[in-house]
Amino acid sequence: MAKATREAYGEELARLVTENPKIVVMDADLAGSTRSAEAGKAAPERFFDFGIAEADMIGNAAGFAASGYTVFCSTFAMFATGRCWEQIRNSLVYPQLDVKIFGSHGGIAVGEDGVSHQAIEDLGIMRTIPKMQVYNPCDAAEMKAVVDYVAGSGVPCYIRGTRSRVEDVYPEGNVPDVTKVHVLKKGANVAIFATGLMVQAALQARNQLLEEGINPTVADVCCLKPADEETIGQILKDHRVIITCEEHNVVNGLGSLIADVASRTAPRLIARVGMQDRFAESGSFEALLKKYHLDPDGIVETVHNAMQGDACGIHGC
Amino acid sequence: MKTDQELKQIANRVRINIIREVSHAQSGHPGGSLGAADILTYLYFSVMDITPENAGSTDRDRFVLSKGHASPALYAVLAEKGILKEEELMTFRMIDSRLQGHPNMRLTPGVDMSTGSLGQGLAAANGMAMANRLAGNGHHVYALLGDGECEEGEVWETAMAAHHYHSDLLTAIVDVNGLQIDGRTDDVIGPNPIGPKFAAFGWHVIEDVDGNDFDALRKAFEEAASVRDVPTVIIAHTIKGRGVSFMENQAGWHGKAPNAEQTAQALAELEKEKETL
Repeated sequence: MAKATREAYGEELARLVTENPKIVVMDADLAGSTRSAEAGKAAPERFFDFGIAEADMIGNAAGFAASGYTVFCSTFAMFATGRCWEQIRNSLVYPQLDVKIFGSHGGIAVGEDGVSHQAIEDLGIMRTIPKMQVYNPCDAAEMKAVVDYVAGSGVPCYIRGTRSRVEDVYPEGNVPDVTKVHVLKKGANVAIFATGLMVQAALQARNQLLEEGINPTVADVCCLKPADEETIGQILKDHRVIITCEEHNVVNGLGSLIADVASRTAPRLIARVGMQDRFAESGSFEALLKKYHLDPDGIVETVHNAMQGDACGIHGC
Repeated sequence: MKTDQELKQIANRVRINIIREVSHAQSGHPGGSLGAADILTYLYFSVMDITPENAGSTDRDRFVLSKGHASPALYAVLAEKGILKEEELMTFRMIDSRLQGHPNMRLTPGVDMSTGSLGQGLAAANGMAMANRLAGNGHHVYALLGDGECEEGEVWETAMAAHHYHSDLLTAIVDVNGLQIDGRTDDVIGPNPIGPKFAAFGWHVIEDVDGNDFDALRKAFEEAASVRDVPTVIIAHTIKGRGVSFMENQAGWHGKAPNAEQTAQALAELEKEKETL
């Protein structure tokens, strides 16, 4: 059943707060949108809304975590990672406090609200902080598995969620280790690394490519940091043409990660599907993904170009 | 309970160590550290229940040095408490040291929060106070801010939240020395009046406290301890550089180390003060 990952986040968090009295949940006036309100209903005494004051929420989370609590902070990806980057770096990650930042409405798929609300830098700016862990689950089951995993990790992390409903990739309750890269479809010659809702687009692109006799491998990179470099390196070695797909700026996101690993393990020409260092605009979820080539057609065309040695193709370089 | 004379003696030793730390490191922030030395001495010796035995625990009162650049004062006080060894103070700001330029809660025993980037410590302190309320342990949390620091917007976000959540286990102390790096606070951007701003957010405000006078600090902290339902802020006026004549009320000594000659003069003045105590 199609479900937005933020819905899965709220459901799983509500379950966890009921089980674990050391979990505290915070929001910054977006509890209904991020779905943290579900956890608030389950354990109102451990739910705190800090209003439209995200930096203060992060600081208070640091204080709770320094007192032995595990804190989940939720707001939109833009405000969580952009406005509070320095609070996250200095008050949470440097002292390695047990706070999970949930950035819902990540990427351009937030749609009509436009550029001010479309976080396409969140994964990159979180990834660049030393020791920060970064997760971008692709569907409801993977989101629940991530929430379960990080609740017991004892260290800070960032989790991106989506506003829109996405098709299921994994059966609920049956997600392998979320810290590993998962090969969803094993093919030959062409490998597509995808993260977040681009995993579904990559799987659809593969179906189109199969009709042409191209059988790409599709790998889900949910954990962007610490990256599963062993699996990434092996996939790179086993394939000639590499495509990365992210609903994120191509700077410092999945494409940069794969290129980084490739430079040290198996150098390859890498074509990057993603926002080509530009802002998007208002529009429907579907229209935006199509216009900026973050859809199955965009991936298929990128594969065609890359197979002919052109890693820029429709996206430009 | 320490007498005022004993507290003055401790604060004098703290000031001597502040000069030694900053001089040895040839970097650091002597002015604000010297000014805050009495507040820190009073907190650690007359208010909080911290000891070498419970320093690693959160089951006690805690302190957040939101103006983290006054770390030389905090380290010197922790040495006076026996939580750090005095010799270690001479590793301040050196490679491989536990005594970082700004406090690190993971490296230094007795440091309750990593700080240094201004405006963030009060929020963490409020989170601790709210966590103490949730845990029902009744422990207090104290946060020391600079007056220049109150120019940071996050301070006022926390002022709003701490009042909203009836955070009466939180006491903030604003160290008002009237100076910041670029000059007088009133000339740079004008954070004043600070007390009325906290009052407007619903805090209990204790105004006009002499932050370099133990009797005044005692009265202020006793009043703070009696406040229920709202957070308290103590507006403590201090002399930046207090105790070293050529550093007093000089913005230029915010973040500069004294040279050998200046160090000798500063230590001589403080040794002379010691004889009077």
